[in-house]
Amino acid sequence: MTDPMYDRNVMQHSSGSAPQPAMAGGMPIGDTSQAELAYEAGVELKARSQWAYVRMRFFRHKLAVASVIVLLLIALVGLFAPQLAPYGYDEINLEAIAMSPTLDGWHIFGTDQLGRDYLTRVMFGIRTSLWVAVMVALLATLIGTAIGAVAGYFGGQIDNLLMRFTDLILTLPGLAVLLTASVYFGAGSPFKTGLILAFLLWTAVARIVRGLFLSLREKEFVEAAKASGAGDMRIIMRHILPNCVGPIVVFMTLVVAVAILLEAALSFLGFGIQPPNAALGSLIDDGQEQGLETWWLVTFPGLVIMLIALCINFIGDGLRDALDPTQRRIRA
Amino acid sequence: MPDPILQLKNLTVEFDTEDGVVHAVTDVSWELAPGEILGIVGESGSGKSVSMMSILGLIPTPPGRIAGEALFKGENLITMPKKRLREIRGGPVAMIFQDPMTSLNPVLTIGNQISEAIKVHNRGISDDDADKRTVELLELVGVPFAERRVRQYPHEFSGGMRQRAMIAMSIANNPSILIADEPTTALDVTIQAQIVEVLKAAQQETHAATILITHDLGLVAELADRVVVMYAGRVVELSDVFAMFDKPGHPYTVGLMNSLAKLDAEQDLLEPIPGQPPSLVTLPPGCAFHPRCQLSQGRAICRTEVPPLRPFAAGVGGHVSACHFAEELTAGRQHAEAAGPVA
Repeated sequence: MTDPMYDRNVMQHSSGSAPQPAMAGGMPIGDTSQAELAYEAGVELKARSQWAYVRMRFFRHKLAVASVIVLLLIALVGLFAPQLAPYGYDEINLEAIAMSPTLDGWHIFGTDQLGRDYLTRVMFGIRTSLWVAVMVALLATLIGTAIGAVAGYFGGQIDNLLMRFTDLILTLPGLAVLLTASVYFGAGSPFKTGLILAFLLWTAVARIVRGLFLSLREKEFVEAAKASGAGDMRIIMRHILPNCVGPIVVFMTLVVAVAILLEAALSFLGFGIQPPNAALGSLIDDGQEQGLETWWLVTFPGLVIMLIALCINFIGDGLRDALDPTQRRIRA
Repeated sequence: MPDPILQLKNLTVEFDTEDGVVHAVTDVSWELAPGEILGIVGESGSGKSVSMMSILGLIPTPPGRIAGEALFKGENLITMPKKRLREIRGGPVAMIFQDPMTSLNPVLTIGNQISEAIKVHNRGISDDDADKRTVELLELVGVPFAERRVRQYPHEFSGGMRQRAMIAMSIANNPSILIADEPTTALDVTIQAQIVEVLKAAQQETHAATILITHDLGLVAELADRVVVMYAGRVVELSDVFAMFDKPGHPYTVGLMNSLAKLDAEQDLLEPIPGQPPSLVTLPPGCAFHPRCQLSQGRAICRTEVPPLRPFAAGVGGHVSACHFAEELTAGRQHAEAAGPVA
């Protein structure tokens, strides 16, 4: 009790009468509840997980957030097209042929030469195009990630073989292959078109993932995982792949944009999705056959394609900035 | 000595590079008894880490080439099928890495990584049990509030706490051999002292024979039972820890000790070992240490003959040295001591 240090600590701690066993040399010994409280307060301050930071950085990217909202609205319109659309997508009304945009009968996007409501057609077009794009993105990312991961992780001959194959796919003239393939496999269904597009678009993802794996496999934590007995599969899936999520997600968004544009181009050339199914590209194709008088048939689906591609690119931008932990400053 | 748990016999590791063959480890033989702590000391590039990595199959071959034997409970780790070796790694033989900053996966929580190590070696263990064990392990190595800390990521841990987590991971499966590769090098001095305590606790908990790779002689004196001194890929001295500090049997060991700062003596300058470690591609002929050796004094045999590890006059109890003139060293020292302390 006469120890001066002990006394001082008692003074600090006891507001009441009973002297508490308190700190010795600054280390909490007895009074864990208090220490725990202090600790908890500390946690409150700094317990932002990786994802909380990512979210925070993304939400500061105004353009990306706006793009998410717009894209979400477009996607919802596409998703619920059968419920939302004022007409059936192949409902022909011979009394309203080739009307320019009008409030009469709510044909605000006009009608085509068969009298089908164009707003309805565009909504269904969105539905098809987005469906194809998402499928392409998922499929291309899956193929690309698998090939890139195996090539980058194992290296050597396997890497050589897979990467030369990737180069081969890259050198193919895309549009020519697409046209040929759609002739042979009989394009027309959104599913087939998606498959063909995915086959051409996985290469970029594969290269990125391979590069990431090449550098990550040399990291010490991979060696540590090896030293603790983890097998190749476990190291790839549990230890390296989670470190690649950022770039992969960003590239996936970009693939969505490219897929939408390519699918539109393909449909425009008449090799993509066939009528009566409506895709945004095939709508433009239909429209341009009618000449310039019916400008709305080309303009509205075109604008929607532009809007979607733009939104996706902005979102990709925002994600890239948000997922890059080395980037401290946030671009507005 | 009881049956050794690990026995290295003429372990040799070489790397083919564009500049020639790198002789990283040459003809290393020693034994590790169950429960003992063996310190391996030497400069950077003396083959300490490489020899340990090679027996765990963590050296890519090619470009590496490994010869010799490493018998773990009679099984040769070098020629063992990969699958069996993987069961041993992280199970009965575990490793603690040097830098806890880079040895933990930044995107997985600490708890995740430790329970991962448990699950790899205990197939069928329930997630709950693995999580419980994880918390126990973290408490054992002195991580406060382990239940909450398991959910945090490595970047939320300080350096010392990360190294504690690494140690927890390494003892997760009750290893019988623990290889600690410079476990305190990346930490600052006050934390080093704490980690030494944790290492002691971990060793007492598991009764694992421990191989302590370090260039910190203080750490060796504190923890080790026996010491292996390596230079340019070879063992130059092997001894009981007290015998080595008392009567070092190799001029390189003497040099290492002299280059330490002493607390009890007034010293303006540290006394380094002159020269540089040799290139492992073109090793000096004879004793690799002779160009830097103060004892050799240009004698021919040092330049022509590789000295074998041998017991020497003043050495007691298995104290061996690879110096042609080990006796002179101890004789000279006794002479100096007899002459009294020099001012």
